[in-house]
Amino acid sequence: MHAVRGVDLTLAAGQKLGVAGESGCGKSTLALALLRLLPASAHLSGEILLDGEDVLTMKWGRLRAVRWAGASIVFQGAMHSLNAVHRIGDQIAEPLLIHGRATPAAARKRTAALLEQVGLPAARADAYPHELSGGQRQRVMIAMSLACDPHLIVADEPTTALDVMIQAQILRLIEQLVADQNISLLMISHDLAVLADTCDRLAVMYAGRVVEEGPAAAVHTAAHHPYAQALSAAFPRIGDPASRRAPRGLPGDPPDPARLPTGCTFHPRCPVALASCTQDDQPLREAAPHHHAACVHVSPAIPQGVSAP
Amino acid sequence: MTAASTPAVVREPDGGPVKSGPSRGVLARAAAGPKTAYLLYVAGKLGGAAVSLLAVLVTSFFLFRIIPGDPVKAMTRHRPVSPEQMAALRRQFGLDSPLWQQFTDYCGKALTGDLGVSYQFHAPVSQLIAERFPATLLLTGVAVVIYSALGLWLGTRSAWRHGQLGDKLNTGVALTLWSVPSFWLGLLLIIVFSVGMGPIPGLFPTGGMESGSETGFAHVLDVAHHMVLPVLTLVAVGYAQTLLVMRSSLLDEMGSDYLTTARAKGLRDALVRRKHAVPNALLPTVTMVFINLGHVAAGSILVESVFSWPGLGGLFYQAIPVPDLPLIQGLFVVFAGAMILMNLLADLLYPLLDPRVGR
Amino acid sequence: MTTSESTPPPETGSTPPPATGAAPQGKARSLTWERRRTSVARFWRQYRSHRAGLYGLGALLLIAAIALAAPLLVGSDVQNVTGAPGKALESPSSRFPLGTDQYGRSLFGLLLYGARISLSVGLMAAALSVAIGTLIGILAGHFGGWFATVVMRITDWFLVMPALVLAIVLATVLSQSVWTVVLAIGVTSWPTTARLVRAQTLAVESRPYIERAQALGGGHGHIMARHVLPNVMPLVLAQTTLLISSAILTEATLAFLGLGDPNVVSWGGMLQEARETGAVSSGHWWYLAPPGLAIAVVALAFTLCGRAVESVLNPKLGTSR
Repeated sequence: MHAVRGVDLTLAAGQKLGVAGESGCGKSTLALALLRLLPASAHLSGEILLDGEDVLTMKWGRLRAVRWAGASIVFQGAMHSLNAVHRIGDQIAEPLLIHGRATPAAARKRTAALLEQVGLPAARADAYPHELSGGQRQRVMIAMSLACDPHLIVADEPTTALDVMIQAQILRLIEQLVADQNISLLMISHDLAVLADTCDRLAVMYAGRVVEEGPAAAVHTAAHHPYAQALSAAFPRIGDPASRRAPRGLPGDPPDPARLPTGCTFHPRCPVALASCTQDDQPLREAAPHHHAACVHVSPAIPQGVSAP
Repeated sequence: MTAASTPAVVREPDGGPVKSGPSRGVLARAAAGPKTAYLLYVAGKLGGAAVSLLAVLVTSFFLFRIIPGDPVKAMTRHRPVSPEQMAALRRQFGLDSPLWQQFTDYCGKALTGDLGVSYQFHAPVSQLIAERFPATLLLTGVAVVIYSALGLWLGTRSAWRHGQLGDKLNTGVALTLWSVPSFWLGLLLIIVFSVGMGPIPGLFPTGGMESGSETGFAHVLDVAHHMVLPVLTLVAVGYAQTLLVMRSSLLDEMGSDYLTTARAKGLRDALVRRKHAVPNALLPTVTMVFINLGHVAAGSILVESVFSWPGLGGLFYQAIPVPDLPLIQGLFVVFAGAMILMNLLADLLYPLLDPRVGR
Repeated sequence: MTTSESTPPPETGSTPPPATGAAPQGKARSLTWERRRTSVARFWRQYRSHRAGLYGLGALLLIAAIALAAPLLVGSDVQNVTGAPGKALESPSSRFPLGTDQYGRSLFGLLLYGARISLSVGLMAAALSVAIGTLIGILAGHFGGWFATVVMRITDWFLVMPALVLAIVLATVLSQSVWTVVLAIGVTSWPTTARLVRAQTLAVESRPYIERAQALGGGHGHIMARHVLPNVMPLVLAQTTLLISSAILTEATLAFLGLGDPNVVSWGGMLQEARETGAVSSGHWWYLAPPGLAIAVVALAFTLCGRAVESVLNPKLGTSR
């Protein structure tokens, strides 16, 4: 069964890319695949290039060296992603020691600096995860991801479990840190608005495939693929009365990866599907400069050719 | 970048300690300060243990004075006794006084360490127990250390490679040995390794704890020599439980997100297991190990009787056919007390392993 | 054991809320039976996929058949001390495959007969224990409040009692009979069941249809008997299967300690006699080995069945055990 198929994404140094989609569309699988963290039963094909090196063909030793030092991950749900029986300071310092980046004493100092960088007092290093609030734990996760100065940070739903105020704080923090240190960011979320707010470019995934990809603002406000349109309509935009009057959800659920529909995988839920959509799968087409969508309604000549339902 | 650039985000509205995971009661009092919370926790557990101990005394009184109807008749049922002798026995055990007075007498005496006089040995029960206690402690202590370590090790290996041949073999052997009656295994070991069978000579003594002639280091070796088979028996039938509990609690941890984090950090597999998975999986297993410590004292009844080990279990075995009710009663209180003590120790140790409890 | 207590098993969803309202009684009943039959069929389909459980079940059926047919296989006078066919303590021969005991009785015949007492005592003791545990668990789960607090306190206390010692003590102070053994095992091993059943009762009672039944005027007895009990039954079944193996081991232990019924032949009793007649020091392994092996095989078979049942009813635990 294919959880993720034919995804082709590039991310330049210092760029911020958002990946959006409903739960179950393969976003998190993509994040885990990036560092070969999927269980041994998962089969990966293609290539994942990190600074020009293919993660998939790396030896185990090299892979371990690349993990966290080349790319680190901020997981969703810091409560479960942090180990409950270790102090957070030790957990932040762990990758530094594993990768031989610092002596224990230097690692302690670096941990204190990292904690302050994410807005926590250095003394919190002695706390256990359960002694922190949800937002504080997510800050710890971010501090941890910065520990080895990675080139890329993957943030997998970094704010999903938090309430709105803290969500905004955490997003600002991530934005600021990656900008300051010129780190590339791959952010994964189901919330298109959050991604559009933070990222330069956006990719929308459906049933394990990228169905639309382009500049963040364009994908958010003027999507071409009906799925991307539905996704951006699902979250009412502030200051846009139209979207509030018609907050549309999509009927149905994302398809079971083991039993994908024929043709365009979105056709059973698509409001504008044609008869041919049940047969022919659509490749990504250029809808506008640097903006692609995989929909039969997209033609290069008429970029706004989709009749909005 | 420094902290000064993000001063507004240091404090968060929900900055207090978070109540998460299974509610463990203690957390609700965490506001009183971590020290006080732990003291309250300890006090609660101590109080609970004291109540349990009192309940054991009540139960033992109930079991031995009321269920048999007439304890003296029960005690003398295997031999002819004249009415005068029975009356004398009744007086000796204080059975001629009213029931409530018997009860208060019994509890008062038990609390001061007086558990009555053995019918069979004509010696104070507490003295008999004190004499035999060290042998049981030695035997069961060694056995528990070995089988807990073995169970934890094999359980960890089994879970980490679950579904594979090694796991199936491990679990299968453990379940089979678990189903074996310990006394039978002990008897077979004696036949094969003490009496000798076919080409196998008698390697180990058939029973007892020492030959009696050696002193100093030779004596230590002699005791160790006597201990091999009984310890082997206890370990064989006992390690399965630790293995199964460790295996299932580690399996519960296997899918956890923090293990993915640890792998993403670049830790090698063995380190992920040792540093992250096992400490979490140990929490339920530790309770189990301590409760086992309490159980093994009772389980030693069979092994000690088979190997004529001069401990509490052997004493219990000798008391059964008589039946020496005061001695059985005293041993019951001691065995139950050991269980309560072990539970208490597990409860007190738990907060040291799991930061979420009792701080 | 601790783990299974901390995770209350999920609802099996096998027993539907009874049909209420205008539907004719008979139709509703046949509908219920239909659903029960399909859920039993589903249970069996899943059980079949556990190979160890199938081996255990096969072994049990074989042993049960032997126990039932023992009088036909070896004659009904095997246990008779007077007029025993052989000499005392004979070695194995073609006439006595496992030799004879000190009265000259065939040990092979006694071994087959022993299956009857081991199985029946194990089954009865486990049934008694589970019945006590279920009753207490449902009552504590249903009524709650101070009643539940007191009852569960007592349960917890029983849980830390050394069960074997308590069983020995009971068997010592009561008269020696099969029923004493059943009672001694039954009243010392119920607390685990009570805890599991209470957790399950709480889970069942939080479902909406219980509230509906209450609103329709269902009394305590009705709710416990018609709604909670059918839902805890699968759990109780799994628990019984697991308890039987420990009950059989305890029975053997009590018999070995000389606390069994002196008038019947049991495997534990055979081991005691073997020991007393010096089978150990003279190396008569054919006297000692078979009864213990039989105990181990039956206990293992029940354990395998119990684990298979448990993992069918609780898939999460199932893969993890």
